[in-house]
Amino acid sequence: MNWLLEPFQYEFMQRALVACAVIGFTNGFLGAFVVLRRLALMADALSHSLLPGLAIAAIVVGLNPVGLLLGGLLAAIFVALGGHLIARSSRIKDETAIASLYIIALAIGIGIIKYAHVKVSLDHFLFGNILGIGDTDLWISYGVGVLVLLTLTLLHRPILLAIFEPSVAQTQGVKVGLLLGLLVLLIVLTMVTSLQAIGVLLSLGLMILPAATIYLISDSYPAMSWGGGCLGAAGAMVGLLVSFWADIPSGPAIVLVLGVVFLSAYLFSPKYGVVTTRLRKRHLHDESLQRWK
Amino acid sequence: MNHHLVIEDLTVSYNRIPAVHHLNVTLGCGSAVGLIGPNGAGKTTLLKAIAGLMPIETGRILTGDHAGENSAVAYVPQREAVDWDFPITVRALVEMGRYPDLGLWGRFTAQDDAIVEDALRVSELAEFAGRQIKALSGGQQQRAFLARAWAQKAHIYLLDEPFTGLDRNAQEALVKALNHLRAAGKLVIASHHDLKSVPDIFDQVLLINGELVACGDTAEIFTEANIARTFATQIFSGSHQH
Repeated sequence: MNWLLEPFQYEFMQRALVACAVIGFTNGFLGAFVVLRRLALMADALSHSLLPGLAIAAIVVGLNPVGLLLGGLLAAIFVALGGHLIARSSRIKDETAIASLYIIALAIGIGIIKYAHVKVSLDHFLFGNILGIGDTDLWISYGVGVLVLLTLTLLHRPILLAIFEPSVAQTQGVKVGLLLGLLVLLIVLTMVTSLQAIGVLLSLGLMILPAATIYLISDSYPAMSWGGGCLGAAGAMVGLLVSFWADIPSGPAIVLVLGVVFLSAYLFSPKYGVVTTRLRKRHLHDESLQRWK
Repeated sequence: MNHHLVIEDLTVSYNRIPAVHHLNVTLGCGSAVGLIGPNGAGKTTLLKAIAGLMPIETGRILTGDHAGENSAVAYVPQREAVDWDFPITVRALVEMGRYPDLGLWGRFTAQDDAIVEDALRVSELAEFAGRQIKALSGGQQQRAFLARAWAQKAHIYLLDEPFTGLDRNAQEALVKALNHLRAAGKLVIASHHDLKSVPDIFDQVLLINGELVACGDTAEIFTEANIARTFATQIFSGSHQH
């Protein structure tokens, strides 16, 4: 039993668990909107485009958390806006435009990161390290969490109208373009805060997997955001504990825990599970058809 | 309330190529208007322009009652444009029609509930209110969006090919719902391509082919000659009054 309770005795683990709960909830809550608006690949592109911003910030101001946050934020916004601009002004479509820009940005990031004055390992940005989370990082994640939750709950009606049926929403006076832009901004902010926890490469998992899981279980959109938030928080905390017990990095552990839950829902969701629907009793029509044969 | 839709000298373009030319039409309340024309005649463009989804090149569109008050326009999208897997029930979909009136945080009152119930009843969807929207038939899906527009208290209903793919029973149910709107003094405009069924569904027709061909009572205007003129390949009369 001792090994089970061991992680809770360390202060760094307690801090990391709190951080996991906050970051996991923020990601899972926002993830509902990302999944419903089908922005998953866009979010992936944005997460990768953080890297050059982080590299430039590391070169200019060193490993200052606020500096890194701003650097990543600016780079991702640059890619998002640039992609939008290219898509609007040429025959290139949105996803191609953003993919082109983010891959260029990624190349810049990897190319210049060795010029940082401080010793920065690429691994740190790519995979994160939640055990090394500092006070400023923690405060930033609280702040972003509150901002994301407040914005999304305050604007949940127009956002819902906009992501469900943009053209109808527009006739109802909803500023669809503005709201979707805001959503992208929130995605980038949230991504930046989960960097420290699970890094550029895996941050998408914490955002998408909880909401995708609830999507397979429920037909209610409030359940997707609130349920996604709870599942994100729980999954991140359990993942961290698993990483402690099994002595594996925290990022992959968190994503794997959420991945197992997602696959279970895919197979065994009461209403939409692949296995569940197969096992369901056949409809009467099939039975009567059998009798005819 | 007495409302109307006045379209004056309307031109709407895609990539600078006009799809609707200098259209002048006045439509009154309490009617169901069939928007008829060949493919590429600008039917969808016109609907979108009235809904405010397309920038207008020339002219203007006036909606409202005779006192000049603005009136709500509800756009019902083509069925293919909707994500039917969205986690939402029929009731929640209809409740969305109340959002514009409720604002960001307005409480959903008993009155709003009554409006939603009424919309479900009128569209004959009360018994399916708890279903996820994909678990409806095509006709029911169409009526669910109509119910949402009804809950929005819209005066002008714009429908893009609502009868496409509907079987006889579903078509009858939709006609019934449209007649209900008409009886309530609303203006319904629906694009439609099945010429045979036009007289059964619409009391007025608006024939276009890039520009206005004819508009008025179905009995009077929907004639062989006008239909032939509408579907003639020669689109422009060339008589633009600038």
